[in-house]
Amino acid sequence: MSETLSNTKTMNMIEAIRDAHDVAMERDDDVVVFGEDAGYFGGVFRCTAGLQEKYGTSRCFDAPIAESGIVGAGIGMAAYGLKPVIEIQFADYITPAYDQISQEAARIRYRSNGQFTCPIVIRTPTGGGIYGGQTHSQSPEAIFTHVTGLKVLIPSNPYDAKGLLIAAIEDPDPVIILEPKRLYNGPFEGYHDRALKGWKDHEDGQVPEGYYTVEIGKAKTVRAGNAVTVLCYGNMVHVCQAAQEEAGVDAEIIDLRSLLPLDLEAIETSVKKTGRCVIVHEATKTCGYGAELMALVQERCFYHLEAPITRVTGWDTPYPHAQEWTYFPGPTRVAAALKKVVEAK
Amino acid sequence: MDGFARTDTVTDQRDQGRGFRVPKPPARPGETPDFSGINLGEPGKLPLLDAEAPVEAFEPFHHDLLRVLDMDGKAHGDWAGLVTDDDKKTALKAMIRTRAFDARMMRAQRQGKTSFYMQCLGEEAIAVGATLATRDGDMQFPTYRQQGILFAKGVDPEVMMNQIYSNRKDPLQGKQLPVLYSFKEYGFFTISGNLGTQWPQAVGWAMASAIKNDDKIAVAYIGDGATAEGDWHQGNLFASVYRAPVLLCVVNNQWAISTTAAFAGADKNTFAARMASYGLPALRVDGNDLLAVLAACRLSAQRARAGLGAVGIEFLTYRRGAHSTSDDPTKYRAKEEVEGWPLGDPIDRLKQHMIVTGLMTADEIDTLEKDAETEMREAENRAEENGLVHAGQGAEPAAMFEGVYAEMPGRLREQMKEAGF
Ligand SMILES: Cc1ncc(C[n+]2csc(CCOP(=O)(O)OP(=O)(O)O)c2C)c(N)n1
Ligand SMILES: [Mg+2]
Repeated sequence: MSETLSNTKTMNMIEAIRDAHDVAMERDDDVVVFGEDAGYFGGVFRCTAGLQEKYGTSRCFDAPIAESGIVGAGIGMAAYGLKPVIEIQFADYITPAYDQISQEAARIRYRSNGQFTCPIVIRTPTGGGIYGGQTHSQSPEAIFTHVTGLKVLIPSNPYDAKGLLIAAIEDPDPVIILEPKRLYNGPFEGYHDRALKGWKDHEDGQVPEGYYTVEIGKAKTVRAGNAVTVLCYGNMVHVCQAAQEEAGVDAEIIDLRSLLPLDLEAIETSVKKTGRCVIVHEATKTCGYGAELMALVQERCFYHLEAPITRVTGWDTPYPHAQEWTYFPGPTRVAAALKKVVEAK
Repeated sequence: MDGFARTDTVTDQRDQGRGFRVPKPPARPGETPDFSGINLGEPGKLPLLDAEAPVEAFEPFHHDLLRVLDMDGKAHGDWAGLVTDDDKKTALKAMIRTRAFDARMMRAQRQGKTSFYMQCLGEEAIAVGATLATRDGDMQFPTYRQQGILFAKGVDPEVMMNQIYSNRKDPLQGKQLPVLYSFKEYGFFTISGNLGTQWPQAVGWAMASAIKNDDKIAVAYIGDGATAEGDWHQGNLFASVYRAPVLLCVVNNQWAISTTAAFAGADKNTFAARMASYGLPALRVDGNDLLAVLAACRLSAQRARAGLGAVGIEFLTYRRGAHSTSDDPTKYRAKEEVEGWPLGDPIDRLKQHMIVTGLMTADEIDTLEKDAETEMREAENRAEENGLVHAGQGAEPAAMFEGVYAEMPGRLREQMKEAGF
């Protein structure tokens, strides 16, 4: 991480993301921002608010409701030499662009043997916890982590959201940033019946003004511990911290932040130390990103393991509306898994 | 070309781009709305077509607006003959009930009984009119703004509210977002949250009907904004290539959340003309004129049933309310637009027509409105007794695991058990 300014300000995740755009646009004229409702209105979650007013309609503009066209145009702009930062309104609506992302953005450098590159950033709100039903709640990270050539990030707090977005904009390759929308306005531990907490009192809600980056590919240990390693990201970082308290186990909680590339060193060091591993994500279980994590831990740490690696994930159903809290892997389920893994002989 | 956004060039001074253009609506908050770019035509001006007319006969309808009612409630021209007095009464009642339902649910949302609602304020004539042109057995593929279909078909509003409240009697067992209904028995296809996807599906349903030598038709709906999706273009192509019996209804309500129809190309050419470019017969219709809507759909349905394939219909209307209860349009459009819309309000216009023609008295209409209000209030009371998801009385939790497949696979059965069911 590199910091050039030390003044910090309390920001929620939306403000931090907006600020990252602002910093990047100020530093580099080639950064352009666009997406559905992202121009004049500043995005349905307000993550691009004020940018059009400040930088003009050539640098921040609205797009037709055509995700495939949006990403395709972004790829073309990147080929010209711009640095497009695209907002897809919800991760659930990114699939029309999947062809452009997986077959084009991810392959252009390789198939042209470096003649052409694709430095685009695609940001999109992901995950559940907002009673959004099936089409505003899904966690599609694994359909991107399966595509070599892409980088896939998922911040869990305002500090990382800003630092990772600036790093992504500077990155020479295509980067997908999945933003857990439930965290936009405050950390969420999975207790839906408790009052909303803001970012004000959270350490990672204190965000440096100006330029800094968070290195892509580096995980962050949010709690050091010796009994079990917890691998998580996004919403689940906060759920796992609550679960650790519920279970009262000395868990080491790692916020992966970057799924592709992955901080294997951090994972390996931790699991070799604790000998136990629980993997937590919101997405459905079958062929989810947890399956890859489990395979890697098994490959690299098998002889250090003292208990089977365990996954806590969303169930293998579409994301329901009424049953949101039965679906969402909350602290109770995670705590039970932590205890079971720690107690396994 | 006519349309809504006439302003072709970016006026923003800071724009340095060489000819780079970003459409700008005629009015943002604080500016004066301007609808002068819209080709409103004249009621009764366009000739009545034969249902089996050649495609070329539709050409005048690509840019000129098919209108029957004038702004004083009087009907003009031969298209009016396709609508009976009974139709008008049935339609008015369904439109009034639709609006009363919406008002009730908007209130319920403010009271925290549902986290989300979408109204169709100002667009009631479209879904209701189109539905009166269908028959049992047809299939409609609506968006979230065609609840009018359900009132025209006679669905019990309590059942709709149960879906919105995601409660114990929700026919979808809490699986779907409020207002994304599914009513197969009423010819109402399950609504997707993903825009545009259902346009080619409706075409496919219609292709199946043609393959089976059936006379059933499909009705597809899409918003102006969503026509930008590839699905719209592909659906139009399939409908044309296979001569599918489907009414392709573009609901052009000028806005797609905060962006105008110009982002879907509406200021360059009309949606009707663009559908025509696929070789489809197409009509541009005053969507706030129930008589024009029903007449256009009736003729198109007749044509489709006769084996002459799809008709593209663009309905010109205006989204009077917010996009959804999560939206605040005062942030991006001039408030004055709502009242300034030159084609008025569909319910007011039909009411006026009933009164000036003597079909109904003002008192009778008043009673209709009061009855609708009472009906919706009582329906809501019953629905609330079935529970509110936000009060912890949602649909059965275990139901979440059912219906992923026809038969529950072993792994899911294991997970269901793990979840405690
Ligand atoms: C594929 C997809 N992209 C984006 C969205 C988010 N979204 C929901 S409604 C909407 C605007 C649609 O406007 P329009 O088609 O004009 O219909 P209207 O709301 O005006 O009836 C958007 C962008 C979505 N639901 N699906
Ligand atoms: Mg619209």
